[in-house]
Amino acid sequence: MEISALIDRFGLLAIGLVAFAVILMALYGLAELASRRDRSRAVAFVFLAPAVLFLAVGLVYPAVRTVVMSFFNKDGSEFVGFDNYAWAVSDPDALQILLNTALWIVIVPMVSTALGLVYAVLIDGRRGERVYKALVFLPMGISFVGASIIWKFMYQYKGSGEQIGLLNQVMIWFGAEPVNWLNEHPGNNFLLMVVLVWIEVGFSTVVLSAALKGVPTEIVEAARIDGAKPSEIFWHVTVPSIRSAIVVVAVTVFIATLKLFDIVRAMTQGHHGTDVLAHNMVEQAFRLYNDGRGATMAVVLFLLVVPVVIYQVRNMRRQEQEAR
Amino acid sequence: MSTDVQTPEPVARIGETRGQRLRRVLSSRAASVVALVIAALWTIPTFGLFVSSFRPEDDIRTSGWWNFFADPGSFTLETYNYVLYSDSQGGGLIVNLVNTVVITIIGVVVPVAFAAMAAYALSWIEFRGRNLLYVGIFALQVVPLQMALIPLLAFFSKGLHIGDFTIMPAWQLDGVNTIVQVWVAHSIFGLPLAIFLLHNFMRELPGDVMEAARIDGASHSQIFRKVVLPLVTPALASIGIFQFLWVWNDFLVGRTFAPGEATRPLTAVLGDMAGTWGFGWTRLPAAGFIAIIVPLVVFLLLQRYFVRGLLAGSVKG
Amino acid sequence: MSKTRRISYLTAAVSAIALAAAACGAPEDEDNSRGEVPEEAKDCANYEQFGSFDGETVTILGSIRDQEADEMMAAWKFFEDCTGVDIAYEGTGEFEADMKVRVDGGNAPDIALFPQPGLMSSFKDDLVPASEDVTALATEGWSEDWLNYGTIDGTLYAAPNSSNAKSFIWYSPTFFSENNYEVPTTWDDLIALSDTIAESGTTPWCAGFESGGATGWPGTDWIEDIVLRESTDTYDQWVAHEIPFNSPEIVSAFDKAGSVLLNEDYVFNGTDTISATAFQEAGWPILDGDCAFYRMASFYGAMWPEGTNVAEDGDVFAFQFPETNEGDNTMLVGGEFVAAFSDTDATEATRQYLASEVYHNARLQTGPWSTAHQGVDPNNATTPINVLATEILTNPDVTVRFDGSDLMPGEVGASSFWTGIVQWVDGDKDSQQVADDIEASWPQ
Repeated sequence: MEISALIDRFGLLAIGLVAFAVILMALYGLAELASRRDRSRAVAFVFLAPAVLFLAVGLVYPAVRTVVMSFFNKDGSEFVGFDNYAWAVSDPDALQILLNTALWIVIVPMVSTALGLVYAVLIDGRRGERVYKALVFLPMGISFVGASIIWKFMYQYKGSGEQIGLLNQVMIWFGAEPVNWLNEHPGNNFLLMVVLVWIEVGFSTVVLSAALKGVPTEIVEAARIDGAKPSEIFWHVTVPSIRSAIVVVAVTVFIATLKLFDIVRAMTQGHHGTDVLAHNMVEQAFRLYNDGRGATMAVVLFLLVVPVVIYQVRNMRRQEQEAR
Repeated sequence: MSTDVQTPEPVARIGETRGQRLRRVLSSRAASVVALVIAALWTIPTFGLFVSSFRPEDDIRTSGWWNFFADPGSFTLETYNYVLYSDSQGGGLIVNLVNTVVITIIGVVVPVAFAAMAAYALSWIEFRGRNLLYVGIFALQVVPLQMALIPLLAFFSKGLHIGDFTIMPAWQLDGVNTIVQVWVAHSIFGLPLAIFLLHNFMRELPGDVMEAARIDGASHSQIFRKVVLPLVTPALASIGIFQFLWVWNDFLVGRTFAPGEATRPLTAVLGDMAGTWGFGWTRLPAAGFIAIIVPLVVFLLLQRYFVRGLLAGSVKG
Repeated sequence: MSKTRRISYLTAAVSAIALAAAACGAPEDEDNSRGEVPEEAKDCANYEQFGSFDGETVTILGSIRDQEADEMMAAWKFFEDCTGVDIAYEGTGEFEADMKVRVDGGNAPDIALFPQPGLMSSFKDDLVPASEDVTALATEGWSEDWLNYGTIDGTLYAAPNSSNAKSFIWYSPTFFSENNYEVPTTWDDLIALSDTIAESGTTPWCAGFESGGATGWPGTDWIEDIVLRESTDTYDQWVAHEIPFNSPEIVSAFDKAGSVLLNEDYVFNGTDTISATAFQEAGWPILDGDCAFYRMASFYGAMWPEGTNVAEDGDVFAFQFPETNEGDNTMLVGGEFVAAFSDTDATEATRQYLASEVYHNARLQTGPWSTAHQGVDPNNATTPINVLATEILTNPDVTVRFDGSDLMPGEVGASSFWTGIVQWVDGDKDSQQVADDIEASWPQ
């Protein structure tokens, strides 16, 4: 690559960093001024202004626009009321998408959390725990695109000649016929889920394993001395004491699953009955140019997260009351 | 992690009969096997890609990566050479790698800094509507990024007008400078989660420390700088890592706001290569591995901060 | 140092070495397929008509990538050097999505190379119609069939860039001469020859519809080829949805295709492997004598394994899909259309250049390519198959129709038609059921 290209890019970076530093100092200066006069509202304003400004432009306005668009037709020229929503709950393709999404948001968080918990318990205190953890953690650092490439090679199928996908090679080693995995509905849905589970288990393992370390050893010892079996200890002592960590993992994975679109896009593009909400939203809005339906899918997605938001709000209220 | 306690296994425990001990050792063996199997299953896919990236293109096309071990002589760096330095299409990714670095640095620093300020205000400055604002920001996490692309792009390229009155003119950036738009976009999209996590973390800070500082006459901005920031450093690090992974691995934002092959980040190029499984797919393993290796190393080196910040911030309730 | 750390340092070290080693030298491009660019394309005198610019940038977005994009830019280079226009080309794998985001976001490229006329017409409001000069060049360069696809509501917006011929059947000339087979020119001859070959113990046909997320599209070309050869009127009505997708003519076209594709005696490896065989490699068994025919567009010439001699007297070559009605001469085509979102002088100059004979002649020689531009000499094409394709495409006697699935709405042409074909060829649904399903998916 040419030196000028490097200078261009790093020069831009330097300018950006300096500009940002100047902005930060200006903000601190303003906050300092407001603080001296002891106006906490003015201080709050200065502290919040950049974030709120950014969010208003980049997320609040688009969200409102999306909701409005969901009540209009394909190109936004005609108000259609709830037609798009009627489509979303009656069209066979759309129903398949909702069904798939339901499977995803139930199975992926459950399996990721459960596997992560089991693995965390298995490796807890074992020699080489950190290596074990790192190996499973590894996929967390890989992008969805990277993960899709990796797994596409795993599932790769060839109609004739030598198989280059590991999974089909394993089939052959066991004397079975190779399968065109990604085209076989409904099994292909689960194969796509495997990719996300593969990514999320590391997250779940690390968080839960750290939580396990926080379980007081005295309680476990006491239970053991009382003659409790390991499985009883696990269910009645360990799990309840790390309940909150489990919830956090499950919720985080849940939101990630709901927003997932990259894996489906890179692996099947939603064909062969593998489409999910977030992917179909993109498909409708950007490939079929149906703004109304795309927006509707986005709103449905939003609605599905509302329970989690409510849960979080109630949690916060409770904590605030406890704090008093 | 420094908190790890390495228990040498198996040791006899007090009050344990020989039978119990045997069972424990056995189940420990079974546990070992299961753990090993999981670890292996989780590693094999990435390992396969790693091996593939060193194989000649014809080999990748015609046989599985496991055949490499039968014929290690076929090892080649040609594919890496091509994807990084070739002037042809599908090559020259080194430029995109540099783009990614430039994008990532500011794409992490800006949102973390702004989120820290916002989170401080939301947790320690009293004002009306504080909780409402916080819940609103939390809920913004679920706005699908894709739906924000067009409005935000219009904001950059058309500016902001009300009637004839121009609030903000169009940015009119071109070439490498479009990276500025990517910085802003990443900052926006990273804010809700960063504010959420940092807010959780900051609220846990002891109130009497703040009170003491105030009695000493410290202003909010002084408390923020001198008391709060040092205390939340682990959380900042963990959120920084989160944001780093997200920006580095992003594919949509980069390709939308920095159009042009010379300004696209690495993952965006990679996503294009992977999306159509047509020509040049044999170069994917090498290209993919280049994109994967940096976040992996960063992640493995910093994972303890990552976990510490996450736990302190969100594991409660 | 902890173990994790050691591992990660090791990984980092290994990869650093790998990168450093890779840096030893940039690869050399081997490229034997380029011809000699004609002198007239290098002579700046031939570019004076386009004007002179001082480094003004024209951005072009297209779906062409990889080597083909390199070759295209190699042809543009002479124009850039002589006129001072700086073309910034961007090839994307997500053309539809990128166009939507950029145009709606107010950041449209100056010029877009639309691979589908239908897609182009959805941007009508933002497009700049062809100027008088561009219209003159286009009228001179292309037949009416072609210009129709660049016209929206009676106004010409775009002239074609590349054109490719899709109605081709690949075969092995050696295999044919050894057995004294003749290239069939009618559908009945084709079937008769298929029977003869089947009786001799060779499966006559190869087929493969797998293409990742777009699996099924090679099958849609089959149906289009057959419908087009029944009657061009039916074809036009079908594509425009003036007759329903499940009308009897279309269903019988499916059945006709089925007489080959669903025929166990005809298809190499069995009909149940079609939907799972990658189209890129599906024709390769011809080289081993395992099958005799493979229906695929002219661009398949670049997909044969390295070292294959693609020529009329070589290992493989292609003939035009046989006609059903005597005297017809039809060709299913594809290509890109050069539409503009900007009316700057540099953009206008670039449009004129892209519609000019000088570009199309030069482009033919910078890599395997074919065009329907009347003024070119087909023999300038770098490979025999592209010579043949360009000959057919520039022949005014050939009736051309654009690939129908590219003209139908995305819900059909890029979705239900593909899935339907897969279900049909897998034997899950019969012709009538599939046609009914696709009709039901046609947006109202």
